Amino acid sequence: MGQRITVKNLEAWYGPGAERTLKSINIEIPANQVTAIIGPSGCGKSTFVRCLNRMHDTLPGARVSGEILLEGQNIYDQDPVQLRKTVGMVFQKPNPFPSMSIYENVVAGLRLTGVRNKEKLMSTAEKSLKMAALWDEVSGRLNYSGMSLSGGQQQRLCIARALAVEPSVLLMDEPASALDPIATLRIEELIMELKKEYTIVIVTHNMQQAARIADTTAFFLNGELIEYGPTSEIFTNPMDKRTEDYITGRFG
Amino acid sequence: MINKSRKVKNTVMMSLFVISTILALVPLFGVLGYVVLNGIGALDFDFFTNLPKPLGVVGGGMANAIVGTLIIITIASIIGIPVGILAAIYLTEYDRTSWLSTAVRFTTDVLTGIPSIIIGIVVYTTIILRTKQFSAISGGIALAIIMVPLVIRSTEEMLKLVPHTIREAAYALGIPKWRAIINVVLPTAAKGILTGAMLGVARVSGETAPLLFTAFGNNYWAKSLNEPIAALPLQIYQYAISPYEDWHRQAWAGSLVLILLVMVLTISARLIFRTRKG
Repeated sequence: MGQRITVKNLEAWYGPGAERTLKSINIEIPANQVTAIIGPSGCGKSTFVRCLNRMHDTLPGARVSGEILLEGQNIYDQDPVQLRKTVGMVFQKPNPFPSMSIYENVVAGLRLTGVRNKEKLMSTAEKSLKMAALWDEVSGRLNYSGMSLSGGQQQRLCIARALAVEPSVLLMDEPASALDPIATLRIEELIMELKKEYTIVIVTHNMQQAARIADTTAFFLNGELIEYGPTSEIFTNPMDKRTEDYITGRFG
Repeated sequence: MINKSRKVKNTVMMSLFVISTILALVPLFGVLGYVVLNGIGALDFDFFTNLPKPLGVVGGGMANAIVGTLIIITIASIIGIPVGILAAIYLTEYDRTSWLSTAVRFTTDVLTGIPSIIIGIVVYTTIILRTKQFSAISGGIALAIIMVPLVIRSTEEMLKLVPHTIREAAYALGIPKWRAIINVVLPTAAKGILTGAMLGVARVSGETAPLLFTAFGNNYWAKSLNEPIAALPLQIYQYAISPYEDWHRQAWAGSLVLILLVMVLTISARLIFRTRKG
């Protein structure tokens, strides 16, 4: 099941003396919903999701303040390596491990954290690939290199890989921006399926995409959370002038 | 008219390139051809199986020198390759910017350019003068010292080619850093790293100067790694400066074997690690 995320006064820096990338973000991300983060380039949306699995504060020099609660537990009190098993992530560009086969890619998160049981690995691989809607296409060639797949398939492979460690939250940083429209559509359908089991936070540049798949949408600008609410509200009846300007294409 | 002057320029430039290429290749093929021509005659089965004959006796071979070279190279590789690769992992994965890694990188660059005879002298004064014994081990150590910076540099370049997104993907799965390095980063760069290491091996296998005061040379089989041992470059050197016709022939044959050895190493490195690209 998905978990709820509560963000309190989150601020983020990339280095000492650097400008604040995130400014006092307060947001409640509901469980088992798709939450879209939209905003122009450089507004801090990627930084925001990278805070949620502590990929940000483990960068050299980077720093955060504030709290992020996952079902009430502050993630900054947890070991980042352990946390990432609960909060999975899919990146902008498909990044399967080049030296591994399709099967090895899917179970990498298990095998490299000590799971040895062959049957468990195989059944997890099948389950994850089915959830990522890739099983039918690759079941006959699990030993092929992950790089032999098309871009869209690679991205679904990466999703399967993230699902295999059984997270409760799935972060997606522009997961479809490097894909063609048909592959994008498949990813979007997949996201709609996955939200039954996971809490999904998706960064997107594509406002139509946010409108299509997100239950709630957050609009970021210059490191601030400008507006946050049900997607239909944000897109049809934005409260803030800046949100309206952005979604109507006046800037960004 | 414009066309014509363009054509002329094109021809002139083109001939310049061709001539330069030929100029660069002539000595290369010259050396190779000369060694083959002179060496092939003295190369027979005995050359690979017999010890050198005493002075004045015709025939004999360099079996001990061929084996000696292989032993010294093996020792050098056992020391040099792991040290080089592990150091490169530290420099790229753990510490790219501190004063320590900057210092190591700078030293590595300097070390790559140091004449190899100096490495030989250093090993001589630090090891041989203490153990009072020329040895295969010290020869291997000298060659390892030459190899380490080469391996560090090539491994570093290969590790840098592994995209950061691959590492992030591993971290995002909750994989600890050391596992990510061993199971994700290293296999991704494996071919390049091993090719670099093999080229390092090929590079040191022809070294003569550092072996002069470490392995020293031996006309017989060495009974242990702690005594003087023969090596092809040494044998070639010794035979080439001698006044005897037969030894000259053998020196040519030795040169040919050495070149073949390096060639086999280089080509097999390229072939083995180029099978599955991308």
